[in-house]
Amino acid sequence: MKCQRCEKPATFHITELTGDTPQELHLCADHAQAYLAPAAAEEPPESFLGALAQQFKVGQTAAQLARLDQKACPYCGITFYEFRHAGRLGCPHDYVCFAEDLEPLILNIHGATEHAGKRPKRHAQSLNQQTELIRLRREMKEAVDREDYERASQLRDEIRGIEQGSETDSPPPEPA
Amino acid sequence: MKLDELANQCGEWLRGAGPESDIVVSSRIRLARNLADYPFIRKCTEQDRRAIVRSLRERITSVKELSKATYIDVEELSAIDRQFLVERQLISRELSESEGARGVAIDNNEQFSLMMNEEDHLRIQVMHSGLDLHAAWQRMNRIDDLIEEQVSYAFHDQKGYLTACPTNVGTGARISVMLHLPALVITRHIDKVFRSLQKISLAVRGLYGEGSQAMGDFYQISNQITLGKSEEELVKQVSDVAPMLINYERRAREVLIRDSEQELHDRVSRAYGILCTAKTISSEETMHLLSSLRMGVNLGLISDLEIPTINKLFIHTQPAHLQKLRGEELDTSERNIERANYLQRHLRKNTRDETPGDN
Repeated sequence: MKCQRCEKPATFHITELTGDTPQELHLCADHAQAYLAPAAAEEPPESFLGALAQQFKVGQTAAQLARLDQKACPYCGITFYEFRHAGRLGCPHDYVCFAEDLEPLILNIHGATEHAGKRPKRHAQSLNQQTELIRLRREMKEAVDREDYERASQLRDEIRGIEQGSETDSPPPEPA
Repeated sequence: MKLDELANQCGEWLRGAGPESDIVVSSRIRLARNLADYPFIRKCTEQDRRAIVRSLRERITSVKELSKATYIDVEELSAIDRQFLVERQLISRELSESEGARGVAIDNNEQFSLMMNEEDHLRIQVMHSGLDLHAAWQRMNRIDDLIEEQVSYAFHDQKGYLTACPTNVGTGARISVMLHLPALVITRHIDKVFRSLQKISLAVRGLYGEGSQAMGDFYQISNQITLGKSEEELVKQVSDVAPMLINYERRAREVLIRDSEQELHDRVSRAYGILCTAKTISSEETMHLLSSLRMGVNLGLISDLEIPTINKLFIHTQPAHLQKLRGEELDTSERNIERANYLQRHLRKNTRDETPGDN
C-alpha cells in the first residue's frame, strides 16, 4: 500500500479517533512522523508567550488564574485556558468576551490598545448578527451530535434566514 | 497557469530589479483577515473550513482585477508541490503543513497570493522586487478594498481587524523586506544590528519566516507591532530602517575590500569554482556559496554573471524545485547530484553564452 501523502510505501497504519468518526491513515515513515509530531501551528509566537508570562507575573494569583481559565466564550466555546495554551482565539467575539483579560496582554505586545489604521468602508453589517451565526452553527453541530434532528433543522432555518438577510445587503457584483 | 509552468518561470520578486536590489531582494506586505460570520480556524469544523474556502474563492473570482489569479487546492497537492510553493514564498509553511480544506490563489506574475484557511481565514501577500514598500502597500490596499466590497471582515471599532492571534490584531499587517547581508555576517556585526532592531520593535527572521534559520545570509526585517499605528506608519518605519541597514552592509563591504581584498576575492572565486565543478552538493552548501557569489557580483569581482541569475539559482536549487524541474521524486543523495548538475548547466551556460536569466 502506498502512503496517502506521497509515492513511498505506507509503513504506519494509524487509526485517528479524535474526530467524529474513526479515520484510517496509511503513511510512510516521514509522513507518519510529521503527522504525529505536534503541529508547528500549535506553538504560540514568542512575543505572545513573553507578554503572557509578564502579564501573569504582575497580575493574577493562582486562584484568580484558575477562575479565569474556566471562563468560556458563549459563541465558540473556547475557554481562556485553551486560548492561553494554544495562543489562538476561537472567534471574533472573544475580543469582546475576554476584553478585560486580553487588554493587558494586547498592551504588552503592541504598546497600544486602540486601532489607528484603515477601516472597512462597508462595515460589518452587524457584528451581533454575525456572532449570532457563529453561535447558531455551533448549536446546530451539537444538536446533530446528539441526534436531535428536529432542533438541528430549526437552527438550520434560522441560519438561512440570517444569511439570506445579509446577502441582500451585499453590493452587486462588478460588471465583467 | 499550472504548477509545472510556475516551476519554469521566474517570479517578479526574483527579477533583481527595483531600488537597492543588490541588497534588498524583495519587499513584502501581508494582511491577516477573517470573515465576520465564522469562528477562527481553531474552532472551525471541516464543514466551516470548506464553506470559508468556497465563499472566499467565489467572491474573489467575481472581482475582475483578481479573477485571473490561479486557484490551487492545497489539500489536494502532493508534499513536493506544497513544499515547492513554500520555497517559492507563495504559501507559508503553516498552510503547507496544516490539515483540511485550504487553498491559495496566485497571481500569474507571482506579485500577490491569497492564502485561505491559514492561521486566519484569509492572508493576502504582495511581493515586489527591491526596496519598494510604498508601491507594494498601494497594491495591497487596493486588493484589500476590492475583497472587502465582497465580504464582511471581522472588525472591531477599537481593536481593528480581528485575528486569531492577538499579535496580529489591529492592522493585521506585516511589512517586511528581505535583505542579503553577507558582509555584516563575515565582519560579525550582524548580532549588534539585530539587537538594535529589536529595541525599535522590529523583528528579524530567516529566509522562510518565523523560526527559520538565516540561510544564505538572507534576513527578513519586519514590524513587530500591528496595533496603534496606521499601515502607512508601519510601512514608513520599515522603509526608514532599510536604508540604514543597506548602508551598514555597504560599509562592511568597503571595509572588507580595503582590508582584505585578496581573501575576499579568493572566497568569491572559490565559491564560483565549487558551484561550477562540484559533482554533488547539499542545499546548505549551495546557499552558502551562492551568497558569496552574489556579493562578488555586486562588488564587481565577477563580471560574467548577473543578479537575477543568482536569485533564480537560490530558489531553483531548493529540494522541491529540483524535483519539480526534473519531474520525478529524488532522495537526498540524488538531489545533491541533480543540484550540482543544475548549477553546472546554468553557470557554465551563462559564462559561455553571456545570456543570464534564461533557462
